[in-house]
Amino acid sequence: MGGPVASSSARRGLLPGLATPTPGSAVWYYRRSPLGLLAAGVIAVFVVAAVAAPWLTPFADQGRGDAELPSRLMAPNAVNWLGTDDLGRDILARLLFGARTALIVAVGVVAAAVIIGVLVGAIAGYFGGWVDEILMRITDTFLAFPPLLLAVVVAAALGPSLRNTIVAIAVSWWPWYARQVRAQVLSLRERPFVQALQVVGVPTRQIITRHVIPNAMTPVWVQSTADLGAAVLTAAGLSFVGLGPRPPTADWGVMIADGRQFVLSGQWWIAGFAGLAITLVALAFNLMGDVIRDVTDPKTRGNL
Amino acid sequence: MRYLLRRLVTSLVVVLGVVTITFITSRLVPSDPASLYAGPRARPEQVERVRQELNLDAPVVNQYASYLTDLATGDLGVSFATRRSIAADLVQFLPATLELALLATGLSMLIGIPLGVIAAGRRGARTGSKASKARRQRSDAGIRLFAVTSVSVPVFWTALLFQMIFAGELDLLPLSGRTSSSVSFREWTGFFLIDSVLSGSPSNVWDVIKHLMLPVAVMAAYPLGLTIRLIRGSMLEVLGEPFIEAARLAGIDERTVMYRLALKNALAPALTILGLTFAYSVSSAFLVEAVFNWPGIGRYLTDAIVRIDFPVITAAALVITVIYVVVNLGLDLLQVRLDPRVELD
Repeated sequence: MGGPVASSSARRGLLPGLATPTPGSAVWYYRRSPLGLLAAGVIAVFVVAAVAAPWLTPFADQGRGDAELPSRLMAPNAVNWLGTDDLGRDILARLLFGARTALIVAVGVVAAAVIIGVLVGAIAGYFGGWVDEILMRITDTFLAFPPLLLAVVVAAALGPSLRNTIVAIAVSWWPWYARQVRAQVLSLRERPFVQALQVVGVPTRQIITRHVIPNAMTPVWVQSTADLGAAVLTAAGLSFVGLGPRPPTADWGVMIADGRQFVLSGQWWIAGFAGLAITLVALAFNLMGDVIRDVTDPKTRGNL
Repeated sequence: MRYLLRRLVTSLVVVLGVVTITFITSRLVPSDPASLYAGPRARPEQVERVRQELNLDAPVVNQYASYLTDLATGDLGVSFATRRSIAADLVQFLPATLELALLATGLSMLIGIPLGVIAAGRRGARTGSKASKARRQRSDAGIRLFAVTSVSVPVFWTALLFQMIFAGELDLLPLSGRTSSSVSFREWTGFFLIDSVLSGSPSNVWDVIKHLMLPVAVMAAYPLGLTIRLIRGSMLEVLGEPFIEAARLAGIDERTVMYRLALKNALAPALTILGLTFAYSVSSAFLVEAVFNWPGIGRYLTDAIVRIDFPVITAAALVITVIYVVVNLGLDLLQVRLDPRVELD
């Protein structure tokens, strides 16, 4: 599906790498995967919903948390397409604003975990010796916790808020990145180009940040795509047990917790649509992660 | 033997580290643990008394030392909400969680391993017409999609969904709890499946099974997806190796190649999966138990979160983590026994 040359040259100005991928490149392979494209579409919708939430619904005030008691617990209808919750707020509006929360958490968690993990992994791998020993013992200790559990403990200690959710999950995830980067750096360290830089006298800090880390990042990008979905799932779990953002912030996990008491009395739409949103977003990121993993590995890219 | 010793020592170091982290989060992260323990409406002098009671006015090093000695004697402290011994509570609630986690792990391996093998076999389909090959590859894609979906659904949401369908709409299974209120039997082990069999009454056993069905099914979804993905991956890797090609060229039939030659080698990572799965089941138990009102350590943990009962939160996390470390150690040692290729390094 490379697209004819004539039309693609017109698009070249915008996104050179994405519009006209070189045949055989990872992007070129990615565009041949129907599931990958579907996942990218879902993620695009998610991001647009998060960024443009106030302009996509006539009920933006309710999305931000204003109650509208006369219209409480309405089933999906022509005005409130997905129904209303127990405070009369439009579910679709809450979902759109909840997408904001989810996007902030996902990006925040992965960014924080990647930054800490990459720094620790690169330093441990590059210097080796006792530095490596100490940093890796610390990493192993964090890895010994089931990640979800460590996040719960940290979130409980810090108190419920959006920022603390991000901190709590990032604290339990960085070791995975640290291990991966360390393994990459261990082999990079022995490569001639790094040794050449050392001989020429390039400052160590510059070697690590400019030359070693960029070359160690491929597995990190692959992992972080799937982790964006896992972050949405984990954050929803924390919210569900009361460790998420406080009301009136819209949050998908909180919506499920709030809708729980109405599920058995027939008002399924509060918890129902929120869970569907979480599932779709997590599924899209997981699928995208899978396809990226396949296309960046020459052994598997042929058979998509 | 030297490997065993080394492995034991590193596990001990890790456990010590885990204890240190829980100590740090319980004593140092909350801005003022004493006022947290004393409750939001406590007067300053009450907070001060709690501070002395909990030894929080001592230097941090001394606090850490007494925390360690308490743990070494099996003293996990006292719940500040109920004033009960946390160790005794955990012993009481642990079997309920283990029963769920073990059944969920077993179920996910039982279904996941065959599905993973089938998916890998269909992907690498070599025989048959072009159309039948395409059909088989579609079923690989189907199994894969099922596996990705089951690791993407929030477990507490499926729990609610199943409750609504099977307990609410269809009224086939009980809504929550471990037994009906009319059923009672002597709790020998705390594992109700065993206890109900020991009680000798089939209706007790059936009641326990009915209560287990929904939580176990919900809890098994994520590990099931994980198992399918990992087994499929390791099967495909083995199927690409020269000895499989050689076996095929030698005319050995496809079934024997798949199940006798490839699967045996692809099962090497199965023990690792078992560890991952079990860890996931135990640590995510709090989400499932919260929905099904299941009296295990997960619900104990969520109750503590609601009350900000900090000693309970850290103690429960500590115990689950230590179980996890021990299980992993056991599985690693088992793997060394089973697979001579694993390096003893």
